[in-house]
Amino acid sequence: MEKSTVFNNRLLPYLLLLPQLVVTVVFFYWPASQAIWQSFLREDAFGLVSEYVGLENYQALFAQPEYYRSMLTTVVFSTLVAALSLSIALLFATQADKNLKAAPAYKTLMIWPYAVAPAVAGVLWFFMFQPSLGMLARPLRGMGLDWNPLLNENHAMMLVVMASVWKQISYNFLFFLAGLQSIPRSVIEAGAIDGAGPMRRFWTIIFPLLSPTTFFLLVVNVVYVFFDTFGIIDAVTGGGPAGATTTMVYKVYADGRLGGDLGGSAAQSVVLMVIVIALTAIQFRYVERKVQY
Amino acid sequence: MVEHRPLTDFIAYAILTLGVFIVAFPVYLALIASTHDAATVVGGHMPATPGAQTLENYYRAIFVGGARTSREPVANMLINSFVSAIGIAVGKIFISILSAYAVVYFRFPFRKTAFWIIFITLMLPVEVRIYPTYKVAADLRLLNTYAGLILPLIASATGTLLFRQFFMTVPDELLEASRIDGAGPFRFFWDTLLPLSVTTMAALFVIQFIYGWNQYLWPLLITTQDSMQTIVIGIKKMLVTTDELAEWQLAMATAVLAMLPPVAVVIFMQRLFVRGLVQTEK
Repeated sequence: MEKSTVFNNRLLPYLLLLPQLVVTVVFFYWPASQAIWQSFLREDAFGLVSEYVGLENYQALFAQPEYYRSMLTTVVFSTLVAALSLSIALLFATQADKNLKAAPAYKTLMIWPYAVAPAVAGVLWFFMFQPSLGMLARPLRGMGLDWNPLLNENHAMMLVVMASVWKQISYNFLFFLAGLQSIPRSVIEAGAIDGAGPMRRFWTIIFPLLSPTTFFLLVVNVVYVFFDTFGIIDAVTGGGPAGATTTMVYKVYADGRLGGDLGGSAAQSVVLMVIVIALTAIQFRYVERKVQY
Repeated sequence: MVEHRPLTDFIAYAILTLGVFIVAFPVYLALIASTHDAATVVGGHMPATPGAQTLENYYRAIFVGGARTSREPVANMLINSFVSAIGIAVGKIFISILSAYAVVYFRFPFRKTAFWIIFITLMLPVEVRIYPTYKVAADLRLLNTYAGLILPLIASATGTLLFRQFFMTVPDELLEASRIDGAGPFRFFWDTLLPLSVTTMAALFVIQFIYGWNQYLWPLLITTQDSMQTIVIGIKKMLVTTDELAEWQLAMATAVLAMLPPVAVVIFMQRLFVRGLVQTEK
C-alpha cells in the first residue's frame, strides 16, 4: 500500500532517515560484517596479530564434540521450553476465554511476568530450588531425592527450563487469548448445534483456527529460548554443571570472553545468524501465505 | 463459550487460580525473604509470613549495598537502569518516527533500499554479534557510558515498522487538508501527525522501556565499572559469592526492586502495552 499524496522534497527525507541509518550501520551492519570477516581469521590471545585462515575456524568448530553438545542442549532446551510454555499458556487462555465475570482480572494477574527480567526470573527460581535453603528443594530432599542443580546436570536443566517457561507463559497466554477471541462465536455455536461437545469443538474447530497463532508463537518462542534465556542460564547455572546448560548462544559468550578465542566465537556467531535468518524466513513465507488466504 | 454450566465455570476458575498461583509464588517467596534476617533465610526454614526486617533490608540494599560482596548500593543501579531504559525507549521512538515519516510521506531515490536496510535488522538480535559490537563500542570509547548502554540497542526496526503501519492508516485527506492550509512537511508532522501518534508512541515506550530495563548480556559486557552497573546485572553479582555467604535477604530485596518498575508499567498501561505488542510482533 502506498500513499497517494506525498511531499516533494529532495533533501529532507534523507535527513529524516539519517539518525536511524547511522545507528544501524555503526551498531548493526558494521559488527555483523566484522563477525563474518573475523570468522575467517585467527588472532592471537591479545588480538595483536591476525592471519587469514579461510574455513579453518569452521572446521575446528565442527570437529569439537562440545559444539555438538551445545547444539543438542539447545535443541532439548528449546523443545522443552516451547512445548511446555505453549501448552500451559493455551490451557490458561482457553479457560480465560470462557464467559467468566472475573476474566479481565485473571488476565491482568497472568500477564505481568512478561515484565520480569529473565535474569531476575532465574534468580527467583534458583532461590526456591537452591539445595540447602530452597523452600521447594527441601521437600524434594525430604522425599529422598538427592536434588542438587549445582551438581546434577539434569536437575540444572530442569531448573533453567522451569524458570524459562514461567517467564514465557504470560507472553504466549496473551497471544493465544487474542487468537481465541478473534474466532467468530457463530462457528463454535454451529459446532455445538451439530452436537459436538466442548473437547470435540476444541480439537476440530478451535485448534485448527488457532494454528497461525500457534505457528507464529512457535517461531517467537524458539528465538526467545535462543537469546533471551541467556540471563536465566548465566544467573542460575553459568552454563554448568559440566557444560550441561551451555546453549549455543552461551557458548559464543563463554568462548569469546573466557576462552579468548575470537575467531571461533565469530564462526559460532555466523552459524547462529544463519539459523535465525532461516527461522525468520520460514516465518515470513508462512505469514505471506496466510495473507493470501 | 456456548454452554453455561456451573461445573465448567468452576473448572475454569480452578485452573486459572492455579495459574495465578504458579505465576505469583516465586515473587511471593522473594517478597517474604526480603523481610527476614539473614539467618532465617539461610537456615532453610523460612516461614511463609513476613518478618520484621523489612525496612532494614531495603535500607541496606538501597543505600549501603552488600557487606560481603561490597558492590554498589541499589540506588545507584536503579538510576543507571532508569537512564538506560528511558534512553532506549526515547531514542528508539525518535529515530524510528522520523525514518517512518520519510518512507511513508516522501518519494525519493533509494526509498525501498533504505526501508530494507532498516527492515533486515529485525532478524539478528544483539546477542548474535555480541563481540564485534563490543569492539565497535570500545573503539568509539563508549565503554562505561550511557551512550554505550543505549545506542547499540536502538539499532533495530521494530519501532519503524510500528510507526509505518500506523501512518498507513492515517487518511490521505488529512495531508491534503494541511497542504491546502499551506502546511509544509514540518508543520504537517508537528501539528497533525505527531498528535495522532501519541498512543502508538506510548505503546512503543512501554515495550521498549521493559526491553531496556531487562537487558542482561549487553550491559554485562559494556560496563566494567561497578558504578555503571544496572540492577539486573547487580542482582546476579550479589549471588556470586559462595552460597552460604550470599546475602539472600538483600538479593531478594534487590530482585523485588528490579521487578517493580517494569511490572508496574505493564499493569498500569496494560491496554497500551497489549496493543503495541500485538502490533509490533504481527
